[in-house]
Amino acid sequence: MFVRFMAAEAEEPIVQIRELFKVYQQGEINVTALNGISLDIARGEFLTLMGPSGSGKSTLLHIIAGVDRPSSGSCHVQGIDVTALNESELADWRNHNVGFVFQTFNLIPVLTAYENVELPLLLTRLSSGERRRQVQTALELVGLADRQHHLPRQLSGGQEQRVAIARALVTDPSLIVADEPTGNLDSHSAQDVLTILQSLSRSAGKTVIMVTHDPKAAAYGSRSVHLEKGELSN
Amino acid sequence: MALPVRYSFRNALVRWRSTLATVLGIALVVFVFVLLQSLAAGIEKSSGNTGDPRNILVVRKGATAESASLISRENFQQIQYFEEIARTERGEPIISADVLVLINLPRRNNGGEANVLLRGVTPRGMELRPQVSLVAGRWFTPGKREVVVSAKLARRFANFDLGESFRSGSAQLTVVGWLDGGGSAFDSECWLDADEARAIFERDMYSSFLIRPKDKVSGTNLIARIENDRRFKLKAEKEVEYYRKQTMTAAPIKWLGGFLAVMMSVGAVFAAMNTMYAAVGARTREIGTLRVLGFRRRAVVVALLIEGGFLAFLGGGLGCALAFYWNGYTTATLGFETFSEIVFQFRVTPLLVIEGLFFAVIVGVIGTLLPAVRASRLPVIVALKSV
Repeated sequence: MFVRFMAAEAEEPIVQIRELFKVYQQGEINVTALNGISLDIARGEFLTLMGPSGSGKSTLLHIIAGVDRPSSGSCHVQGIDVTALNESELADWRNHNVGFVFQTFNLIPVLTAYENVELPLLLTRLSSGERRRQVQTALELVGLADRQHHLPRQLSGGQEQRVAIARALVTDPSLIVADEPTGNLDSHSAQDVLTILQSLSRSAGKTVIMVTHDPKAAAYGSRSVHLEKGELSN
Repeated sequence: MALPVRYSFRNALVRWRSTLATVLGIALVVFVFVLLQSLAAGIEKSSGNTGDPRNILVVRKGATAESASLISRENFQQIQYFEEIARTERGEPIISADVLVLINLPRRNNGGEANVLLRGVTPRGMELRPQVSLVAGRWFTPGKREVVVSAKLARRFANFDLGESFRSGSAQLTVVGWLDGGGSAFDSECWLDADEARAIFERDMYSSFLIRPKDKVSGTNLIARIENDRRFKLKAEKEVEYYRKQTMTAAPIKWLGGFLAVMMSVGAVFAAMNTMYAAVGARTREIGTLRVLGFRRRAVVVALLIEGGFLAFLGGGLGCALAFYWNGYTTATLGFETFSEIVFQFRVTPLLVIEGLFFAVIVGVIGTLLPAVRASRLPVIVALKSV
């Protein structure tokens, strides 16, 4: 029995998930992480995925972002079935369409803030001047233009996460996925990060999907869905 | 699209403590490789540096070295009148019949004994070898049992200081001068008068003839004439060619250098592999992030190979620098052509440095290949979840 959550907008949803299953093999035991999820996410929505540990929310996020593959079912993002793409196609697709924000920031330690933000643009055909402009814009948007030459270790946790958001934004993707982005931050920094994500959805029209345990963080979203034992519940 | 090169360079340097062992390991391999090859290069240079391109050297057919050659006086009488040979203003043929003898002498500081090449040389023979000069004392006077020794040998053998004497054959020879061969094979010789040498060592035969032909064409004709004349059974060739072929001693050293380098490089490859496995292991999530951002497997492999190659390059540079410390250092070994002590200098040439660096990079790249491929093959989600 599957629960469907349909977006209210009449516009074609940016994400369409149908009958999504994900089963892991752990020794001789099959563990079902996702059990027939169907979900639509509208363009510009700030959706939060909530649920206890092991409920499958991160797995769902990873499949939407083209990082993981489902056992069965379909996941269309902007009309493209990401489950049908091969490794190389997925890499290109992620670069152009998805911005990632991780709980542990995942910045490259040997590169400066500027170089970290520039990384996804190196895969595009932009000139170095165009890349510079876009990186500056992204860093200004998160309020870190003056920290661009700092290495990650020279930044605070909140600043690191803002650099990670700038990196997620810099290619101007329509979808931003965030896996517990405030999990490693103090409350003040967490508020900054959530405000930025919220404004990206509200002002820039980006679709933001965020996994969180924190109801306060979920309150920043426009919609929240709960997962439990691999199924959507409300 | 590849990852920026600075990513590889900075990663190689940022973990300098863990990479130091690899850098030192590769440095050691390259040091041994370059040092042994520089030894061989020094021997080759010593031989290749010897002789005048205008001169022709004649030895007995089948003799691999002058010291193993015997030529009759009759042959000398016949050849000296050949019209291809240049003549002095007084009409005398420019030809020198030398006698070479191996004598066993004690080294300095009770360092055992070794063979030394003693050359009985004529005044004409000295003129034909202008690269040999006197650096101390005076030239020998014929008939007085005097000898001039190489200054480089003098540092290695007892009784080779000026005024000292040593017994050889039936005579007591007094050292009256030191010669310098200008980095040539003559640096490994002692010279005395040719007739005196034949008398002391009771030699009725000569060892070699050194001839100056009139010109290039005459030289070619002279070689052909001596080689083709059935009476002689002699081998004639340009003096520089003869010495260029005297590099047999360098061959086993080169081989040893290559062998040791290959053996040690196996260890260095594993050291590099170990370092890169550790480096990759510590960066699994980072590699996963790069893949998430859109970098393909190939880009990750290339970035890691550059990193490993760069590390090895640093090691190679250090190894070359250590080997360069010995550049120009004079040493000696047993020459396999003459079975005498031959003196030479370590020669760390630019080509050897390039070879050493290239060798190092190859070791680094081979050592990095497996960890790099393994890292790139890890599923993105597994890499991301790595602690």
